[in-house]
Amino acid sequence: MTLSLSRDLEAPEEDELAADTEPTGRRAALWSALRTLARRPGFLLSALFLLFVLASAFVPQLFSGYDPYATAPKDRLLPPSAAHPFGTDDIGRDLWSRMLSGSELTIKATLIALAIAIVAGLVLGVVSGFFGGFTDSLIMRFSDVLLAIPGLLLALAIVTALGFGTIPVAVAVGVGIVPGFARTTRAEVLRVRTLPYVEAARTGGASWPRILVRHLLPNSWGPVAVLAVLDAGVAIIAIASLSFLGFGAAPPAAEWGSLISAGRKFMITAPWVSLLPGLFVAATVLTLNHVSKTLQELER
Amino acid sequence: MNRTVRYVLGRVAQAVGVLWAAFTVTFVVLYLLPSDPVALQLGAAGIETDKLTPEQLAQVQAQFGLDRSVLAQYWGYLTGAVRGDFGTSFAQGRPVAELIAERIGPTLTLSLAAGTLALVSGTALAYLAAAVRWRPARLLLTRLPSVGAAFPQFFVALLLIQLLSFTLAWLPATGDAGWETLVMPSLTIALLTGSVLAQVLMRSFDETLRQPYIATARATGLSRGAVQLVHAFRNAALPAVTILGVLVGQTVTSAIVVETVFTRNGVGRLAQEAVLAQDVPVVLGVVTLAAALFVTVNLVVDLLYPLLDPRIIHTPKVSAP
Repeated sequence: MTLSLSRDLEAPEEDELAADTEPTGRRAALWSALRTLARRPGFLLSALFLLFVLASAFVPQLFSGYDPYATAPKDRLLPPSAAHPFGTDDIGRDLWSRMLSGSELTIKATLIALAIAIVAGLVLGVVSGFFGGFTDSLIMRFSDVLLAIPGLLLALAIVTALGFGTIPVAVAVGVGIVPGFARTTRAEVLRVRTLPYVEAARTGGASWPRILVRHLLPNSWGPVAVLAVLDAGVAIIAIASLSFLGFGAAPPAAEWGSLISAGRKFMITAPWVSLLPGLFVAATVLTLNHVSKTLQELER
Repeated sequence: MNRTVRYVLGRVAQAVGVLWAAFTVTFVVLYLLPSDPVALQLGAAGIETDKLTPEQLAQVQAQFGLDRSVLAQYWGYLTGAVRGDFGTSFAQGRPVAELIAERIGPTLTLSLAAGTLALVSGTALAYLAAAVRWRPARLLLTRLPSVGAAFPQFFVALLLIQLLSFTLAWLPATGDAGWETLVMPSLTIALLTGSVLAQVLMRSFDETLRQPYIATARATGLSRGAVQLVHAFRNAALPAVTILGVLVGQTVTSAIVVETVFTRNGVGRLAQEAVLAQDVPVVLGVVTLAAALFVTVNLVVDLLYPLLDPRIIHTPKVSAP
């Protein structure tokens, strides 16, 4: 009897302590995570490269001195040099600056696709995991159906309906990766829902919306973020592929895919015109995969 | 027996349901999204709507069945699709089923070659990664698939053309006649699907080799190689069977890009041309065909799975379909 009494007395103290140190604990965990990451040269390099790609998407003129649309007929199909790191294309445009101006469209399309997938996936996943029952099975069946149409083909159907261009391609790719996000979010919500702190908050009188915003979302976004980094690579490949097939922005504008496709005509005489941009796309996707893999290891 | 019959019927019904829903989703996307489906589709047939008199317009619309309500059109397409009739191409004026039948040959050959190559190379790589003990080599082997999956297929295809056709002049760069033209397209597709397969197999080998029965087999005096081949492989291969549908789906999608790069006259290129011409019935036909293939493969896997792992039928399901 005395034993249980003393326990009851101790318990609140512990809780108070935990509540006090909790935010600092989270911040400290974040710092230690950052320190671990900084000690990995592979991760640092990948992160720097991605940062560069992201920066080039928003301020391409920062990294190149040429106008991506200025033609110079006498400089056609020059091999890579100090002045033109990626060489020039068939009408003498600097490929490096065209590549960077291509980043602008391709990376923005990727961000739009990811935004669609994350928002729709979070909403569907939270609703599905939170309400369960009929709503849950309806949403999950629907995502089964979307998964039954191989990714690029669903995108082709959407592009056929919406017309060509960067935005339709971004929408098409975004819709295709929604089911993955919905499933991951749902699984996380189902996991977090049954944890003691949710029960405790519920007992403490918190409403469901409050629990959703304060407890479920902050604690289930981790795997979703990792998936977002991984799917950024998938989205880049899909967007570049659709653009390569000729469904992206109209000719004078440069996109990664259309640049590579345009260079195919000069493969024999000037292979760098399509191979160097292709290598750049591959490097971007590789670094994204590496970053997501490192983050995944960190989660565990 | 009763349980088995219920399992089979349930799976078949589910497959039919998913296929119907996939068809419907594609139809909704293709027919309800565009601002003016009539103009879009007549444009694909080379007819400019604003140059026609109202009577002519009505006549053309009737010819393509566009004067009916969307529901009537949907019903027409659905009942047609069940009988294998996907309507008439707007751009070419020929039955979609005929167009697909004409061009499915090269795609099937390519998928078969690429599938075999992916199966062999993916399994071999995973097997090797599990067998190798030296850490650096093991790390290299386990990282290889994620690198293989990161390369965009059009880039791989161009790289192969540059290397094997233009520099070494071993293989023809384009076309679909003869086995030589099959090598580079299958390599391109197999690099992706083989990598995905290898990743799944590696993870499953990792788990299987840690099971107690492996230790028991080792304790009986069998060599590591024998244990891996005889005892571990069969169990480790199970998860790979479940992603067979995903791999087939990937092969079909890959065909679109790969056939375009290597100018092979297959269904993938038909899809690319159809989208460029905004030829709605052809797109609907190809997407439905791909979904049907995916659903069928998954159904076959689902039906075969109890034979490989009898626990599937005899343990109660977590969620009802």
